[in-house]
Amino acid sequence: MIEVVDLHKAFGSNNVLKGANLKIEKGETLTIIGRSGVGKSVLLKHIVRLLEPDSGYIQIDGENILDFDRKQLMAYRRRFGMLFQGAALFDSMTVDENVGLSLREHTNTPEEEVKEIVSEKLRVVGMKGIENLKPAELSGGMKKRVGLARAISMNPEFILYDEPTTGLDPIMADAINDLIIRLREELNVTSIAVTHDMTSAYKISDRIAMIYEGEIIFAGTPDEVKNTDNPVVQQFIRGEAEGPIKAV
Amino acid sequence: MKTHDINRPMERILGMFGGKIIRFFAGIGKVTLLVKSLIFNLPFFIKRRHLVLEQMLFMGVNSLPLVIFTSIFTGAVSAVQAAYQFHNYVPLRYLGTAVGKAVVIELGPVLTGLVVAGRVGAAIAAELGTMKVTEQIDALETMALDPVEFLVMPRYLAGLIMLPVLTVFADVVAILGGLAVSVWFVGVSSYTFLNGFKSFFEMQDLFAGLFKAGVFGSIIAIIGCYQGFITEGGAEGVGESTTRAVVLSSVLILVSDYMIAHLLFG
Repeated sequence: MIEVVDLHKAFGSNNVLKGANLKIEKGETLTIIGRSGVGKSVLLKHIVRLLEPDSGYIQIDGENILDFDRKQLMAYRRRFGMLFQGAALFDSMTVDENVGLSLREHTNTPEEEVKEIVSEKLRVVGMKGIENLKPAELSGGMKKRVGLARAISMNPEFILYDEPTTGLDPIMADAINDLIIRLREELNVTSIAVTHDMTSAYKISDRIAMIYEGEIIFAGTPDEVKNTDNPVVQQFIRGEAEGPIKAV
Repeated sequence: MKTHDINRPMERILGMFGGKIIRFFAGIGKVTLLVKSLIFNLPFFIKRRHLVLEQMLFMGVNSLPLVIFTSIFTGAVSAVQAAYQFHNYVPLRYLGTAVGKAVVIELGPVLTGLVVAGRVGAAIAAELGTMKVTEQIDALETMALDPVEFLVMPRYLAGLIMLPVLTVFADVVAILGGLAVSVWFVGVSSYTFLNGFKSFFEMQDLFAGLFKAGVFGSIIAIIGCYQGFITEGGAEGVGESTTRAVVLSSVLILVSDYMIAHLLFG
């Protein structure tokens, strides 16, 4: 279980997180929703210690990840796969090199086997046969799928999705949603997604947590989210300009 | 209790000044941490030799035409200027000596450093800055891979090795450029020019020049990588980092040039 405890983070005078608390159970898919710039991605980056909090901490199975030394941190990160908002594929590498990078760096898997695993992961995301292309030759949706193949290349325990459907057409967005669900079923991973796409959140999530003004103000199942009388949550999920959340 | 009013002109000026000083020292601290991490990663150069070779090709071989072109004219102008200054005071048999000393100790390494800072320093900052803003550096870290080992160490070693190599080419070409101008336009024979050069040539001058070049190569790589790593925002941020990398590298090349000269010849 991952536990986020009283997390505070400021960038200059901008206090992004002001005491966020959240628990992520093993095997579940939790989606963090909230307006753009509210700190969703910042929270996600704290979970893999790409950012360090000003105060508060994150525990995994009772261990504070801020206490990890470099070696422990590297071992901890290997348990994760992360899909970045823009896929973050390495421009200078081919699709094969991108997807197989962790395998080649962290394991002694023979090259033939790495190639087979890369093909298999690309097949899972519906992108088989593009191993020799460079990221510049791929569309936005293809990049996200390859990014997902890279995220699952080491069969991680946890997958983090940063805006998995942003910038995609509705059909491709739904295909990515199906893929996230399939990965959970096939690989039995714990997933944490960040999005403001409610269609995606309802479809992929076991639980949804809403972040507002630097805190998690609500967490519950998709049905609980739909039926809550919390005015902030209701305004957000209905996408209304009028309400407690100021549009501008 | 008296509160600070940022709208007062004096406090605003002090605030701006203080902010700049804090950012300056914070920057020095961050560069120091980057160098510490770089030193820690140097032993991995064998494992990453293909990346080092790739960078050596980019920094060294691909910069060669520009360095050669610059060096021809550097040598040529040195000969013209020296001949003008020698006029009626110093015999022209010392023209080769003057051009040789100036090129080997100073002009070869410094101009090569400045040219490579413009070409390579900018490219490093732009490439790493783009990687930063598109989260590729975050991706490396999430995959439990060290960006310093992957990105900084190969560029540093390439700079450290290739700048002296480029300087050797620059020295040879510049002296040939000076020789050509001396023979064709000043009326000094090639024998006299080369004899003047050889008579006062000292190996320690060459080593001093190459040592400088190694320092300049290190500066270009480290500043370029650092500026890339601290890039924020989008295309505008990458542009700013690129500019800062070139300006800062050039200034540091000239400052370190003076310091090394003082240390070795002062």
